[in-house]
Amino acid sequence: MRLTCPLCGERDRREFYYYGAEDYLHRPSEGAPLAEWDNYLHLRDNPAGVTKDLWYHEAGCSQWLLVTRNTVTHESSAVELVAERKA
Amino acid sequence: MRIDGKGLIDRTKPVRFRFDGKDYAGYKGDTLASALLANDVRLVGRSFKYHRPRGVLTAGSEEPNALVEVVGPSNQTPNVRATMQEVFEGLVAQSQNRLGSLRFDLLAVNDYLSPFLSAGFYYKTFMWPRAFWEGLYEPIIRRAAGLGSLSGKHDEGTYEKAFAFCDVLVIGSGPSGLMAALTAGRAGADVILCEESHALGGRLLSDGGTIGGMAAADWVASVVEELQALPNVRIMPRTTVTGAYDHGTYGALERVGLHKPARPNLPRECFWRIVAKHAVLASGALERPVAFPDNDRPGIMLASAVRTYLNRYGVVPGKRVTLFANTDQARATARELMAAGVQVAAIIDPRPDAFSVEDCPVHVGAEVIGSRGRLGLSGIQVRKGSEVIEIETDCLAMSGGWNPTIHLTCHMNGRPRWDEDLAAFVPMAGAVPGLVAVGAANGSMSTHGALATGQAAAVQAVEALGRKVQVPLPEAEDAPYRLKALWAVEGKGRAWLDFANDVTTKDVKLAAQEGFRSVEHMKRYTTQGMAPDQGKNSNVAALAVLADATGRGIAETGVTTFRPPYTPVSIAAMGAGGRAEGFAPQRFLTSDQASRDRGAPMIEAGLWYRPSYFPKPGETTWRDSCDREVEMVRQAVGVTDVSTLGKIDIQGKDAGRFLDFVYTNTFSTLPVGRVRYGLMLREDGLVLDDGTSARLGDDHYLMTTTTAAAGLVMRHLDFVHQAFCADWQVRFISVTESWAQFAVAGPKARALVNSFLEEPVDLPFMGVAPVRIGGVDGRLFRISFSGEEGYELAVPTRFGEALFRDLVARAETMGGGPYGMEALNVLRIEKGFITHAEIHGRVTAHDIGMAKMVSAKKDCIGKAAATRPGLWGPEREQLVGLKASAPISAGAHLFVPGTEVHRETDQGYVTSVCWSPTVGAWLGLGFLKDGRARLGEKIRLVDHLRGLDVICEVCNPVFHDPEGEKLRA
Repeated sequence: MRLTCPLCGERDRREFYYYGAEDYLHRPSEGAPLAEWDNYLHLRDNPAGVTKDLWYHEAGCSQWLLVTRNTVTHESSAVELVAERKA
Repeated sequence: MRIDGKGLIDRTKPVRFRFDGKDYAGYKGDTLASALLANDVRLVGRSFKYHRPRGVLTAGSEEPNALVEVVGPSNQTPNVRATMQEVFEGLVAQSQNRLGSLRFDLLAVNDYLSPFLSAGFYYKTFMWPRAFWEGLYEPIIRRAAGLGSLSGKHDEGTYEKAFAFCDVLVIGSGPSGLMAALTAGRAGADVILCEESHALGGRLLSDGGTIGGMAAADWVASVVEELQALPNVRIMPRTTVTGAYDHGTYGALERVGLHKPARPNLPRECFWRIVAKHAVLASGALERPVAFPDNDRPGIMLASAVRTYLNRYGVVPGKRVTLFANTDQARATARELMAAGVQVAAIIDPRPDAFSVEDCPVHVGAEVIGSRGRLGLSGIQVRKGSEVIEIETDCLAMSGGWNPTIHLTCHMNGRPRWDEDLAAFVPMAGAVPGLVAVGAANGSMSTHGALATGQAAAVQAVEALGRKVQVPLPEAEDAPYRLKALWAVEGKGRAWLDFANDVTTKDVKLAAQEGFRSVEHMKRYTTQGMAPDQGKNSNVAALAVLADATGRGIAETGVTTFRPPYTPVSIAAMGAGGRAEGFAPQRFLTSDQASRDRGAPMIEAGLWYRPSYFPKPGETTWRDSCDREVEMVRQAVGVTDVSTLGKIDIQGKDAGRFLDFVYTNTFSTLPVGRVRYGLMLREDGLVLDDGTSARLGDDHYLMTTTTAAAGLVMRHLDFVHQAFCADWQVRFISVTESWAQFAVAGPKARALVNSFLEEPVDLPFMGVAPVRIGGVDGRLFRISFSGEEGYELAVPTRFGEALFRDLVARAETMGGGPYGMEALNVLRIEKGFITHAEIHGRVTAHDIGMAKMVSAKKDCIGKAAATRPGLWGPEREQLVGLKASAPISAGAHLFVPGTEVHRETDQGYVTSVCWSPTVGAWLGLGFLKDGRARLGEKIRLVDHLRGLDVICEVCNPVFHDPEGEKLRA
């Protein structure tokens, strides 16, 4: 598997650390009900198809990446920096 | 038998080798199989289950029978395919999977028991009595099962792994592969051409013919010469591409040194990961055997293999050859044998309308229905209509047509397509993105078809790369491929499908009869296709038999999944460099040599190596040294290297705000020049790490993490920053390896530290100040992990060793010295300080008694989740100290005295223990249900593993100086 880091270019997946679904980016605000935290921390979709998840270029530029990829075709269609993500 | 004037071997270079204790001669360019056949050795192995005599079947990596052990100076490699092993001077090989000699294998008794050993016999036979399984059946089966054996010694061979990158990867160097490589190479693309054999050319080396008016071998030589001259083409012979993976990554195994005598530093194999923008699969096709009764005798071979041995190696595997084949192409084998002066006894062609005029008897519409010969073929029976003919023959060349070598196209879940005309599976286009199958691998069986499709795929690839190329297509034969599918011949006796695993047509029919109708079920029930050849010779025929037995078509029956690797890959090659010290990186402290000079045993702490203790003369156990070092710190002064702790330099206007967000407590209010202990949670409310952070300036902090979690914390900080507050003005970087840091602890610590400073400083507890030590800028922290007055001196790494040696030398003049990890651990347990033994990922701030450190005035990572029900309260196991007069152990569990010891009554567990020379008792830290309310209670500690059962006293975890007077002195 290869990922294209926006800063470093196309690299082998061994350079990256996998975290999980992009849900981790949508942190509930302070004082949100526990159900919302439960959803944020534990409840995940398991899509057959396009998914977005978080990878850390640990052996590279130490940037967190938001990767759009397809769990069926394994195609990786977009990679953006978490720090500069749109919305 | 060797034929004069034939073959591509180098007859000027004879090679001596040994097989089963006997010396033989071959030539450079021979494989072990060709050299043995040249010496008329037909029996080379025994089959897996029935221990039937077996000979060479093929001439390639798909060989199911001729598996041997190659004995090297430092290793013994089992299951080596004799068809792939090149001979070299001094090669030693031996047959395997036999009890006794190869000729008189005692386990051949299995063949007589075969009526009881059909598919699934062990599921039925060894069911009862139940108790017999472990004691009787399993040991017998284990003795009988398996193929080759290992030496039992450590493999001292060298292996490599490597990465390569290219525009176009060409897999295979037959006509289609060479044409593709030439086209892409001329276009200027970066090309890697992998060929499994040692010589390039594929079937062209075996089949001859003409290309562009040249002899095929000459055309191959001219193309190879041109490719070798192109700087953008890399030719990799002896390299099997074993797998296709995501995003253009391919695995490949190169046999670097297996064809030469072993010598130091010559890698045996190299496992490549090749990343290619485009790939051309020119892997050709594999000829398939025909399942007729007793088709497994030595001397019965594939027709294409007989042709290969004749034309590539100048070897004929028999004196009186017969051919049993259902294609026109296979006739060439018989014709070329006759042209070479070899007697061909008969051609048997099952097609009634086949061409019947040859220079030898031809039986059309006939089938081979049996064979004879105990250790090698001596004759066959042929059925022609109602007549049965006996033919004397010592070599039968058979062909049931060809299967395109489509394996790589299925490695990413692609399913092949059944082609009725070819009676074979062909690749589904696009099954592996970027990979195009060409030539015979894609069902183009003629040389012209191979050249044309190879060229077309390369043109497509180079155009996608923005390059242009014009390569004229040379002329070559374009004969149609015509066959009548023939999978199995009905007759008396067993007809083998899978030679390696002894699966017969009867087994497959039995599977279908017993309900294993799915091809995947049949495979597992019969073990069809599960041998080292992975069914390359048998899968398609087996499912054709299954289709027939279940009344379905082959396309409907489907095929089992091809998975990587295409051929076996040794674990040693895949894990090259990862053995012994190469298993993980090693990190060494600047004080490493100084510690070793003092005889300190080094222990691993993550990737780091730290001194365990510093033995003195007369000390016989680690405990002697450890107890002395603890007392030394408590009474005088000790020095230890703490550089392994993670150090993160954090700067920016929002640095304090950032720390407030990642720590549970507040750092933005910390005065410059002060240090604070901080607790960090994961977002789920459990403790992530702890450590101290110092404020070096208004916008400048230095965070320390535990050794174990340094990388984890860095990753966490990067995530929190980039995900939640990327716009804050804060930047940070790991400086762990930039500073060497030494803890100086004990009543005489201040005196020792001051002896180094140009101007003594009067630091308060938890203070930090810049200092100059011997003209070097350093930092001095007043922090303690021992409970004594403690300092940490930090200097740039390059001065670390000098400072450590000096610190230790001066400490020794004061009755102090160095202390190791064991003493450090005892000191911190006595003081009730936690490490990752306690904050092991399942504890909350509440559990470790630090709930008050979670600030109510601000948000922080983990704060919300920490309030979830179940994460706080009396039902939680809480940190306590334990005191005992007998040895106790970490990992032990805690029970109320007088209750039964089982999981339901479990009250908690122990995380750290030590003998405390200071307290004079065994001390422990652990977690106990509602522990803080139970101080003073007696608790029963049970460790079944170490046989301990001890009554302990539940205590405050801080045993030493609970008021902290020594720290603040």
